[in-house]
Amino acid sequence: MPEDTIIKSEAAAKAANMVDYAATYDSFRWEDARREIDGLPGGHLNIAYEAIERHVAAGHGAQVALRWIAKSGERTDYTYLELSQLTNRFANVLRSHGIEKGARVYSLLGRTPDLYIAALGTLKAGCVFCPLFSAFGPEPIRARMEIGGANVLITTARLYKRKVSALRDLLPDLRHVFLSDGMAEGTDQLSPLMEAASPEFTAEPMHPEDTALLHFTSGTTGKPKGVVHVHDAVVAHHMTGRLALDLRPGNTYWCTADPGWVTGTSYGIIAPLSNRVTMIIDEAEFDVARWYDILDRESVNVWYTAPTAIRMLMKAGVEATKGHDFSSLRFMASVGEPLNPEAVIWGNDVFGMPFHDNWWQTETGGIMIANFAAMDVRPGSMGKPLPGIRAGIVEVTEDGLCEVTKPLAIGELALRPGWPSMMRGYLHENARYEKCFRDGWYLTGDLAMRDSDGYFWFVGRSNDLIKSAGHLIGPFEVESALMEHEAVAEVAVIGVPDETAGERVKAFVGLKPGYAPTEELMLELSGHARKRLGPAVAPKEIAFRKNLPKTRSGKIMRRLLRARELGLPEGDISTLESDEQ
Amino acid sequence: MTETNIDAALAEELHRIAPDIALDDIDRTQDLREEFDIDSMDFLTLVTALGKRFDLDMPEADYPKMQSYDALLAYLRSKMA
Repeated sequence: MPEDTIIKSEAAAKAANMVDYAATYDSFRWEDARREIDGLPGGHLNIAYEAIERHVAAGHGAQVALRWIAKSGERTDYTYLELSQLTNRFANVLRSHGIEKGARVYSLLGRTPDLYIAALGTLKAGCVFCPLFSAFGPEPIRARMEIGGANVLITTARLYKRKVSALRDLLPDLRHVFLSDGMAEGTDQLSPLMEAASPEFTAEPMHPEDTALLHFTSGTTGKPKGVVHVHDAVVAHHMTGRLALDLRPGNTYWCTADPGWVTGTSYGIIAPLSNRVTMIIDEAEFDVARWYDILDRESVNVWYTAPTAIRMLMKAGVEATKGHDFSSLRFMASVGEPLNPEAVIWGNDVFGMPFHDNWWQTETGGIMIANFAAMDVRPGSMGKPLPGIRAGIVEVTEDGLCEVTKPLAIGELALRPGWPSMMRGYLHENARYEKCFRDGWYLTGDLAMRDSDGYFWFVGRSNDLIKSAGHLIGPFEVESALMEHEAVAEVAVIGVPDETAGERVKAFVGLKPGYAPTEELMLELSGHARKRLGPAVAPKEIAFRKNLPKTRSGKIMRRLLRARELGLPEGDISTLESDEQ
Repeated sequence: MTETNIDAALAEELHRIAPDIALDDIDRTQDLREEFDIDSMDFLTLVTALGKRFDLDMPEADYPKMQSYDALLAYLRSKMA
């Protein structure tokens, strides 16, 4: 056993939802997990019904479902009954505008109640919900709305004017834009429509395989991929919320993720509500003092956050926690990128419990590998597979795939498909979807190893994707935006290590003849990229090069730029034809 | 350093991070991050740059005092007074 293992006390283990990991894993059957949700007659179901209606029907309508903390600090509570009626009204607004089952409803909103009402109301109406991150610029928004064929958008007047109005002509499928505040030409105001709508609506009975959610994720090359998830995913959301996050009915739970990313939907809307907790939603961005205030004042029991935030809390020091009472806190988890061992241990020192790192992806829809409440934590490890999930380390060669069972051997992390929240496809991109599978395994694109006790350890990525502040960024999307600028001849985008965010987006730019690499041009390119992509995706650093390293076929070698940036061995450069200058 | 200089220096550092946003187009009393469309990482970069430029200690505990352009300007002035 590694020296720094954090041992769970017997009492703590006994109190957990899953007392005995090994026994639960061995006896687990998905049909048993399916019994934990109510479903609808005829083998149908609806995520929104499981999240809200069944709790109201069981007499929990008066429990607070959502406590919203505005930027100003003002709190607004929504009970399960109120959430039921508001989402019914929203579903009726969709219907009264001719939006039928299967239509694609997008949101571009900050963390305000409208976002949560729109998400659940959309699902109730049997429409497909696609949340967009509000810090996206017009280009990522356009690409995602176009690929998904967005029919409806819910946004604010400010975001609409800044980022969407100029795109309207490019989006022929977009039939309605509802504004949660303010007014703009070609849009409808949502609040009068909500007031006029009936608070009665019967959740649409959906086939388990009907599409419910569309989440976009970045690819190494080409356009972003629209990941399709179905209503049956709620079975996995509910089960993993209970076992990996240790959620219990009546708990106060705070998931700090934005619903623009998959964590903020699976574990910021669906899993917590289906497990009947009270969710804390904070509209504001990260702030040390504010976050400690929320944990303390709201008596948060379970907290699900991300490495970037944890590292910023660490930086602020233990002093910042002084005067706060965290005695309600029972379980802390982290996701987004591997959590460094120091941060796991820091949690244990400061809060008296470790951060429980877990691993999953947009494609898997739910937590796949986790550190559990009753299981000893090996800091730096992502933990063990959830019950119902078979994970392996594999090696893919031209001859096929072979599973590597030798402890600590590095290979690609792979999963046996078949759990309910697994993606059902990349929208309109079957070839890319098929490429994810080999010999009955789903290939995750992450490199990992497994120790002799079955704990999994993240090693690296097998592709060029960048993970900044927990968000996956495709270099191609950033490069394409920069290439649009008249001064740019060639560009390569890589992730460079960043103390807080994990990685930071850096662009290497080669200029066309007649352009000089000035500070002024650098700022112009930066502004151009920010306008197109938004701050979450645009490069934080731009460097000029006379020439970028390329292969004989003219492909820019991002890998080589990255190795040089990091001072790592350059590896095999036999294909290098034209070197960096 | 005169007040005008502080103002100019702040504008310059913000321009380095968000060159696409003109100072004239923003509401100086509103949320700085929203007005300049900057994220948490950009905000940290800004604070670090200002701290270095003015040789100031700008601890995280003071971030709530830097929520808008005007608030940040007032904060810088008070620190250098």
